Amino acid sequence: MVDFTLWDILRNLLLAARWTVVLSLIAFAGGGIVGLVLLSLRLWRERSFARLFNGYVGLFQGTPLLMQLFLSYFGLRLFGIEVSVWVSAGLALTLYTSAFLAEIWRGCVAAIPKGQWEASTSLALSFYEQMRYVILPQALRIAIPPTVGFAVQVIKGTALASVIGFVELTRAGNMIANVTYAPFTVFALVGMCYFILCYPISLYARFLERKMNAVRR
Amino acid sequence: MTVQLDFMAVLRDWPMLVTGVVWTLGLTAVAVVLGLLVAVFCAWARANGPRWLAFVVGAYVELIRNTPFIVQLFFVFFGLPAAGVRLSPVTASLLALTLNLAAYGTEIIRAGLEATPRGQIEAGLSLAMSRVQIFTHVILPPALKKVWPALVSQIIIVMLGSAVCGQIATRELSYAANVISASTFRTFESYIVATAIYLGLAWAVRRALNWVGPRFIFGR
Repeated sequence: MVDFTLWDILRNLLLAARWTVVLSLIAFAGGGIVGLVLLSLRLWRERSFARLFNGYVGLFQGTPLLMQLFLSYFGLRLFGIEVSVWVSAGLALTLYTSAFLAEIWRGCVAAIPKGQWEASTSLALSFYEQMRYVILPQALRIAIPPTVGFAVQVIKGTALASVIGFVELTRAGNMIANVTYAPFTVFALVGMCYFILCYPISLYARFLERKMNAVRR
Repeated sequence: MTVQLDFMAVLRDWPMLVTGVVWTLGLTAVAVVLGLLVAVFCAWARANGPRWLAFVVGAYVELIRNTPFIVQLFFVFFGLPAAGVRLSPVTASLLALTLNLAAYGTEIIRAGLEATPRGQIEAGLSLAMSRVQIFTHVILPPALKKVWPALVSQIIIVMLGSAVCGQIATRELSYAANVISASTFRTFESYIVATAIYLGLAWAVRRALNWVGPRFIFGR
C-alpha cells in the first residue's frame, strides 16, 4: 500500500491539467477556423448557405457534447480509421466549438447597422472590401467579449473527453481517486484546478464587456 | 471496405429507449422546478439580501459556473460518500443538475430583476404592499418574462448535459444507448439513434417551455 500525500495528488493533477489546456487550445483554434469558414460562406452567399448554416449550428447546439464525442470516437473506427483518442476528442470538440463560435460571430455581424452595408455597397466596394474595411472591423470589436467568455465553455467541455478515455484533468482525477481512496479530496482539487483555469477568463470576459458598454454609453 | 449500418437492431430495443427518454425528461423536469426555485431565492439574495448571504451566493454561482458539470457530478456521487453522505445515482444526478441549473439561473434571473423600473417598486409601496408581495407580484413576473428565452436555453443545456448522468449509472437516454450498444454490438447506430432523440427532445422541450411560460409562469 502506497501512501499518497496531498502534494502527490496535486502534482499528478497539475501534470494532467496540461492536456486539458492543450486540448482546449486545439478545440478553440480549430473551432475558430472552421467557424470562420462557415460564417464566411453564409455571409458570401446568404441564400444558399443560410439553411445549411442553421442546420449545422442547430445540430451541434441541440445534441449533447457527450454524444458528439461518442459518435466521433466510434464513427471514425467504424469507417476503419484507427486513430488515437486525441483525434477523436479534437475532432468532436473542434466541430462543437465551431458551431457555437460561428453563431456568436453571426450575431455580431448582424448587430452592424444595415446602413453600413448599404453605404459600402453604394461606394461600389466588392464583397471582400466591404468585409475587410467596413463590417469586420466593427463586428470584431463586439465579438471579443463573448468569444473570450465561450473559451470557458470549451475548457469545461474538454472534461467530457475523459469519458472516451482521453487522460486529462477529470480522467486523471478518476484514476487517482481509484488508487488513493480519497475521492472527496481528489474531486475537490480537480474542481479547484478547473476553477483556477476558468475564473480568470470569466472575469476578463466580464471586464471586456463592461469596458465596451462604457464606451457605447 | 463497406460499412453496413443496422438501425433496426437498435430500434428493436425501443422499450429501453423509451425508459431512457422518460428518465431524461423526468430528471430535467425535477431539476428545473427545484433549480428555478433556488435560483429565484439566490437572485433575490444577491440583489437584496444581507451582505454575507450575497457573498455566499456569489461564491456558489462562480464556483459552479467555472467548473465542468461532470466534475460536479463526480464530486457529489463519489466524493460526498467519503464525507458520510451516501446518495443513489438518481439522487446524486438530481442534486448535481439542480445545483448546476440554479447557479446559471441565478445570474439570468438577477439580470431580469435589475431591469425593474424604480417607479414600480414605489407604486407597490404606496399601495401598502409588503416587501414580499412587491417581490412576488411586482418585480418577479416581468423579470421572468424578460429573461424567459435565456432560461429556456439554459434548461435545454442542462437537459443535454444530463447525458453525463449515465456515467454514474442513472438510467437516462445515454445510458440506454450504452446498454443497447453493449447487447447488440451496434455501437455507432445506438449513439446515432440516441443523438437523434436528443435533438428531437431539445426541439420539443423548447416548444413546450415557450408555451408553458406565458400561461403558467409569468402571465401574458
